[in-house]
Amino acid sequence: MNEFLLLAFLFLVAGVIAVPVASRLGLGSVLGYLLAGIALSPLLTQLEVDVVSIQHFAEFGVVMMLFLVGLELEPRMLWAMRSRLLGLGGLQVGVTMLLIAAVAMLLGQPASIALAIGMVFALSSTAIVLQTLNEKGLMRSDGGQSSFSVLLFQDIAVIPMLAFLPLLAIPELLDAVPAAGGHGGAKVADSGDGGHGAELNFVAGLTGWQRGLVTIAAIAFVFAVGTFLTRPVFRFIAMARLRELFTACALLLVVGIALLMIVVGLSPALGAFLAGVVLANSEYRHELESDIGPFKGLLLGLFFITVGASINFDLLFAEFGNFVLLTLGLMLLKGLVMLGLSMVFAIRGADRWLFALGLAQAGEFGFVLLSFTVANGVIPEPLSQQLLLIVALSMLLTPLLFIVYDRLIAPRYASAQASEPDKIDEQGSVVIAGHGRFGGIVNRILLAAGFKTVVLDHQSEHLERLRVFGVKVFYGDATRPDLLHAAGIDDARMLVIAIDDKEQATELVRYMTKHHPDVYLVARAVDRHHVYELWGAGARDIIRESFDSAVRAGRSALEALGLHPYEAERQTRGFVDNDRAQMLELAELFDPDIPVHENAPYVERAKEYIARTGDAMRGKHAGLANRADRGWVPPTLQDVEAEKAAQKAQAPGDSAPVRHNT
Amino acid sequence: MARLIVYYAHPGHRHSRANKAMAAEASSVDSISYVDLYAEYPRFDIDIDREQERLLTHDVVLLQFPVFWYSTPSLVKEWQDLVLEHGFAYGHEGDRLAGKRMQLAVTAAGPADAYSADGYQRFPLRTFLTPLEQTARLCGMSFSAPYVLYSSLHAPDGEALDEHVGGYRQLLEAIRDDRYDFDTADGRDTVHANDLPTREEHRP
Repeated sequence: MNEFLLLAFLFLVAGVIAVPVASRLGLGSVLGYLLAGIALSPLLTQLEVDVVSIQHFAEFGVVMMLFLVGLELEPRMLWAMRSRLLGLGGLQVGVTMLLIAAVAMLLGQPASIALAIGMVFALSSTAIVLQTLNEKGLMRSDGGQSSFSVLLFQDIAVIPMLAFLPLLAIPELLDAVPAAGGHGGAKVADSGDGGHGAELNFVAGLTGWQRGLVTIAAIAFVFAVGTFLTRPVFRFIAMARLRELFTACALLLVVGIALLMIVVGLSPALGAFLAGVVLANSEYRHELESDIGPFKGLLLGLFFITVGASINFDLLFAEFGNFVLLTLGLMLLKGLVMLGLSMVFAIRGADRWLFALGLAQAGEFGFVLLSFTVANGVIPEPLSQQLLLIVALSMLLTPLLFIVYDRLIAPRYASAQASEPDKIDEQGSVVIAGHGRFGGIVNRILLAAGFKTVVLDHQSEHLERLRVFGVKVFYGDATRPDLLHAAGIDDARMLVIAIDDKEQATELVRYMTKHHPDVYLVARAVDRHHVYELWGAGARDIIRESFDSAVRAGRSALEALGLHPYEAERQTRGFVDNDRAQMLELAELFDPDIPVHENAPYVERAKEYIARTGDAMRGKHAGLANRADRGWVPPTLQDVEAEKAAQKAQAPGDSAPVRHNT
Repeated sequence: MARLIVYYAHPGHRHSRANKAMAAEASSVDSISYVDLYAEYPRFDIDIDREQERLLTHDVVLLQFPVFWYSTPSLVKEWQDLVLEHGFAYGHEGDRLAGKRMQLAVTAAGPADAYSADGYQRFPLRTFLTPLEQTARLCGMSFSAPYVLYSSLHAPDGEALDEHVGGYRQLLEAIRDDRYDFDTADGRDTVHANDLPTREEHRP
């Protein structure tokens, strides 16, 4: 336990210090984690920490990340990507693998080892690339989408590679494996946690078509769970109103699917991704996003730290020039293949460079494959150590390539990119917090006018009902910043706060004015005091929930009492103006820290208003009634006479006397 | 019988004397339609379909209002803008009002002599009403001489108002019963309570 706490402490300290510094320097979080890992590595060696097994555990972050990516990707979009996924991804893996194998053979490696190296290096780092693309908001660009297609294909390609690699085994090496101790084997066993291990594999003994059947059944099961089971389960969980239960349930879903995939010999990342896609249309999407998000972030951070920590500096400095040369050569080769493919698939401009530079590294699946090849006697241990170092170095260099992209390439295409109108459509939506009697009407009005809305509500009974009518609403507590973020508050134009709880609404306003001052707020107030609180918290567009209906009731009453309808309208408008003006002044005097009855200036002013309104109502004061009538009181006879006189004075020239007929 | 509809428009109904009395009289005339425009649309949300239907089912459209700044109260303008649509009242296939009549009944604060080239209003009242006149023409409607009360602020004090209100009833009933002599009226600029061109008997 103490050891665990010490380790957690070390990793957290390293991350908490290195990542903000790296971000401040514009290096991105990934490089920050990697550097933190490098800094930690001597300490970890001293403590005899098994970095590799921690790394395998942390790889589960990749599974979670693909789940989250799936959540953002509706099935329709996935289908639209199919040609890129298979064509671009397939060609990238195939061509890169063969070229690297050829180079390896030129460098004197036997064919079997060369092919294995080709497989190891053909894969890129899903963790680094997706994390960076998301961070930079490039995920939806053409380059980002292409990168994602290739990464997803690679992720799937790992499975047949794992099946194929044992066939390349060299008999002498295989004999040597047991002698090398259980080390290599243990690694593979560990990789089952998050990677692509085979020891849990339940289909190993089955024939080909049985395997196929099991595979299809497993995928069908994921779809069935996502489509039919999650909604009732989540609703059941939501009724308990315990947030951690929901988090537990979300974790259970991802872990369960990963486990199922491992059991049937599929990629857990692929399974999680599919589950995400199935749930992309669900009303629980944003809640799932914000629940899984922190786990994903922490695990990926841990993963990057272990990558940094696992760089073998003794080995590196022994042949520094060689390793740097090999790493750069590898990245150049991979980059050139991407460039070639980008021409075939018509990826243009800055997107082409994003694609080529972004995917030029080797990735975490390389670690998995390498330990697997050693265990299966495909690659000798010393060589695998060297290859491991190259993989790690290329990952370390990737953030630098993204910086090159940011500083040198993107600006050159910036003007061309800016004229492309397609990025805007995701932005500018309106987030509506609370979809009850109040928020629901706001939502309907905005939708009818053609605005995009995202509705959050934490009552699943509401959601059920609205789903029937085709309203797009999501489950979740809108006062949680992470959920607001998942709902797109960063790009939103407006937030409509229509939640029932007074304090929470005020709190939300306070949060928004502090962290998102550019988002326009429309806030519902429960009563007069709540208006003051919201005003104090920074809201300026405040609507009292029952004020307008009360005003209408008053107007109805006036009409029924015999007032001309237009007169009643003017009277009530006058009242509203008056009331609003008073309220604004009182809001300025209101102090949330002092109870209203002890707030002397407030009480003073309020009394004054009450007296004045009373006078106005009884006709003693010009205030209220006059406001309503001004303009419609006819001129007096004096006005007519004055007008006559003024006109005469103005035109003395044609002073013909006024003709009086009759 | 001519189907007559009276549109009354006064935003300050409570403060009005001449128009209020006229409106009360008009609303009590049998077998004509009476609409208080400001009462029906206090929030200016005019129901275009209903208004067009009203126009279609009447032969004579009478607008009663006080002259405000040489024009109508704003709701009457709003009503024109919305109800007299192209394709309905004018423009391509916009002949639905053709053959109907527009009649005005207006009050003016200034005395009669103010509304002349020498008077302080500098123009005859008819000049200020030409936008409505041309509106009627464009819609294929004939525009008859307006029924006018000058010095409307003086009127409430004397018998002038009683006379005007009584004349108003006569006018409405005459139009309703086809006893109003539009031909004679067309020869005049304005008509008044003391010189209404009505006939004793109905003449088809």
